[in-house]
Parts: sequence; C-alpha cells; structure tokens
Amino acid sequence: MSVEFCGLELAHPVLNGSGTFDLIAAARVFGEEVREYFPFSAYVSKTITLQPRTGNPPPRLWEAPAGLVNSIGLPNKGLDGYMAEDLPLLSGLRTTASDGAPAAVPVITNVMGASAEELTHLVQACDARPEIAAIELNVSCPNVRTGLDIGSDPAQLEAVVRAVRPATRKPLIVKLTPNTADVALCAQGAERGGADAVSLINTLRAMALSPGRPGEHWLGGGTGGLSGPAIRAIALAQVAAVAARVTIPVIGMGGVQTAAHARELLDVGATLIAVGTESFRDPAAGTRIASGLQALSAA
Amino acid sequence: MSLAPFARRLLTVTGMDELGTYRVLRVADPDTLEPAPGQFAMLTAAEHWGGGEQERPFLPRAFSIARRSDGESHFLLEDVGPGTRRLCELRTGDRLWALGPLGTGFIAPPAQRRAILVGGGVGIAPLAILQDTLVTKATVLLGFRDRGRAEGAALLDGASLATDDGSVGHAGLVTELLAEELARDPGAVVYACGPAGMLEGVRALCEHLQVPAQLALEAGMACGFGACYGCVVPRRGGGYLRVCVEGPVIDAAELDGVDAHAGAPA
Repeated sequence: MSVEFCGLELAHPVLNGSGTFDLIAAARVFGEEVREYFPFSAYVSKTITLQPRTGNPPPRLWEAPAGLVNSIGLPNKGLDGYMAEDLPLLSGLRTTASDGAPAAVPVITNVMGASAEELTHLVQACDARPEIAAIELNVSCPNVRTGLDIGSDPAQLEAVVRAVRPATRKPLIVKLTPNTADVALCAQGAERGGADAVSLINTLRAMALSPGRPGEHWLGGGTGGLSGPAIRAIALAQVAAVAARVTIPVIGMGGVQTAAHARELLDVGATLIAVGTESFRDPAAGTRIASGLQALSAA
Repeated sequence: MSLAPFARRLLTVTGMDELGTYRVLRVADPDTLEPAPGQFAMLTAAEHWGGGEQERPFLPRAFSIARRSDGESHFLLEDVGPGTRRLCELRTGDRLWALGPLGTGFIAPPAQRRAILVGGGVGIAPLAILQDTLVTKATVLLGFRDRGRAEGAALLDGASLATDDGSVGHAGLVTELLAEELARDPGAVVYACGPAGMLEGVRALCEHLQVPAQLALEAGMACGFGACYGCVVPRRGGGYLRVCVEGPVIDAAELDGVDAHAGAPA
C-alpha cells in the first residue's frame, strides 16, 4: 500500500489534515511511543505564519449536525519559534508500513502569508531545513492588497504560486479553499503557477449563533469553518472535479471517518487522503483507516 | 498525571445509578492506568451517537473521572443536552468508547495544610476521587441549585451544603461557606470544580486572601488531547491555555478570571 507522492515514498496513503493533530501535545498525553506508531504516513504541521499568533478568543468550537464549526485562528509560534522549538521535535517519526515494518514519516510544513512576498519568505525558510520534506501553502488567507482570499480566485492564486515557486525545489502543495465559485479552476491555476500537488477541501465557511441571544455570534472569531461528515459529499464532488482537471497529484480530504470513505476519494482520483476531524474523536483514526484501506485493497 | 493509551477503548457499562437529579455511570475499565484526581476521559456511546436533538451529538463528551473502584471508572452525569442525554440512557451491558485518562490532575496539599474541596453541581465529580486519595481529612463544601441536585453530595463524605433555593443547608452560595472557612483557616489550600460563575467566585476570593487554589475547568472541547485548540481559556499575562492539556486543573494564579461564556457542548 506504499505510495509515491512527488518523489516521497510514503508507507500508506493516509495523512493528517493541517491543524488537526498536534504531535507535541499527543506525545505528552499518550507518551513518546506515539512517535514510533504514528497514525499518518506524513505529518502535516499546523499552519505557520511569519509572526506568532495567539489565535481567536473563545469560544472556538460549535457542534453542528454531524460536524464541527471551528474558529481557532491559526495559533502558532511564528516562523522563528516553529523552526527553533517545534520542528526538531517533529523529526524522526515512524509509522507502520503494510508489511509491518517501520517506515519514516516525512514532515510537510504548512505556511500561510498575506502576500506573495510573505509566502516566499516562509517557503525559503522551509527550503533551508532538511527536516522539511514538502511545503503546503494555506491560501485561505485574505490578500493584504486585494482583500480576496488568495485561493478563491484562479488568476490571483496562479500569480501567487508562480511568484513563490522559485523559492524551493521541494514539493509544493497548494491547499485549496472550497469557498470559491469553481474549485477546479483554482486547482488549474495552482498547477499553471507551478504547484506540485493540490490538497482539498479546507473547511467550508460557516457560523453559529449564541443560544438565546438572537443574531449574536457564538464563535469568538465571528465566523468559522465546518468540517466532519457533514461535508463529506461536498468533498467527494470537489475532489472528483479537481482530479478530472489537473495532472498533478491530489490529496483528498473532508469528513473521512472510515477506510470506505477514504477509498471513495481515492476512487475519484486522489493520490493521498487526509483525516482531520475524525482524529479528534479517535486519535488512532489514521491507523484504523490506513489498515482498513489495506484490507479493502486485498479483498 | 497518568498517560492515556493511544486509542479509544471499548468499555462495557456495569451500572447506571440514580443520585437525585444526577446519574452515576459505571463502566468496567480494569486495564486503565490509575488516573490522577482531576483527570478526565472523552466518552462516546458506541451505538446511536448522533441523530438526537439537532442531529447531535457528534463529538465525544469530556467527563471528570469521579471515582475508581473495583476495576470500574465512575462518571457523574446530568442530562442537559443530546450528548449527556444519550449517555444517561445507557444501561448495564451497553458499550461506550472512552479515551483517557487525560489532562492534568490536582496536586496534593503540602503537609500540615488543610485541603478545602469546593464543588458546584455536576462539577463535584473530580472532588470525590480527590477526597478518596487525600491522606488527610479534607473539608468539603458543595453547592447545588436545589434539593434534587443536592442528593449528589452523597458522592463525597461529610460535605457541608449550600443550595440556591435554600432547600438544603445554607441558603446561598457555596463561596460564602468558603469565605467562612478561610476566615477560620487562612492556611488552607483550595480545590474547586463547578460552574464558571462559582469558579470565578472561588478564584477572586482566594486571590484576595492569597490562598492557593487549583481550579478544574470545563470548556467546549473536540478532542481532549491538545489537537484541536478549541478549549482555550485566557491566560494571565496574555495568550491562552488549552483546558485539555494545560488543564483541566489549572492554578488559579494562572488566570485573570473564569469566563462563563465558553461552555461545553452538552
């Protein structure tokens, strides 16, 4: 079940979605053995920004029908803090390959910036670190100049990716936003700009109101993003549409809870799949889904 | 603080006991690591989790471990929403998923200093296992809304009670009982768990009297192990603490206040 992805040899097709698994916290809670039996075949970091961010004021979560609205606000230590404090702790992870042998887990660092210049700076810094195998761009960020989410407009996305591309020879993945008119056009823009792969879907913009307080936002950040099984059918449609229109690999995600759900995304053209919200309910969901996929393919 | 196994465990319900308005859920959990008092578990009914009110619940629910006894873990439940309602419906032989023990625990008081346990409502749960493990006799002060809920006091030994409606014990707030105790013994150490308003009352009083206090907090939480960053509370001096990994037991000196707004999904 090993998979080749942009020159990386991965033990199985199951990654974590950015921002849905904190290895450093998990090692504190479950012990260091998490590093030896990591659920995912590559570790995608949470989003790193140039400057540190504390994140949004609480409340940050709302339970939706079959899903979760979150408004976390990308808390992180900033580029310097991540490189100095976190990255050294993310290296040396191992997962279990389908033959039972331990396999190395490469680190994919996810970065977000409000301009091509800021993203270029972040990507250059990632390029310089051998512990980072690939870079994922979070383009669900308003452009400081246009105010548009960078990833919501195909031409803007193409221009940003084209500007950032020369900063690294490492695999460059663009995490597409579903909050756009035509995600496949955006994927094509990313491909034309030089992306090596695209990942989707990010959360769908959503909101919740405070019970008993008409019209008042519940989430401290105002609006948030919906994830979980509630969005699975949308993810399937978007992944299928993108896979049909680009030649680069696609990482599919959105509401995956079982190997059968993962198999569907692979069947419509994804090369890899990612698990996010389901890991909140079951921290070993990645392992369960990877071994389930193995069983499905053997059947 | 005990580490949790890196997987949810499928456990069997061994009993559901009535305790006034509350229920005590007992599950066979012989292989778990002994939790530190104050640690919690994320619980999910194995069947029919979802499809209730507003098509919920979806996320697991966080519960303090109230007691360990004969290979069982006990949890104190109150039916206040679709998740707690579903858990209250469980009967002997039903199964549920549990992840834990999670989070930080209470730190025992220094020798020669009395522990005062202050609980409110369903938040009395972690104080029971704390009382079980303390080597010296603690003073227990519990507050409830009404008589039906005050029956929950049976979870602990020798509690002095306060009720909002005056039906049992002191008519008023449990923090008023705490103020009296601290006036008598300002050298005590306070351990508290309960609704945000009560915790804020305890925090402010202890800060004023310079009495050390450990508060077990509650917050809306998706994962329980530091992954989602959803359960934060503001930290004194800036930034946030994750209730699941930096808490749930947090030194009151780390907080400027306990905000009533960030309640948990029920």
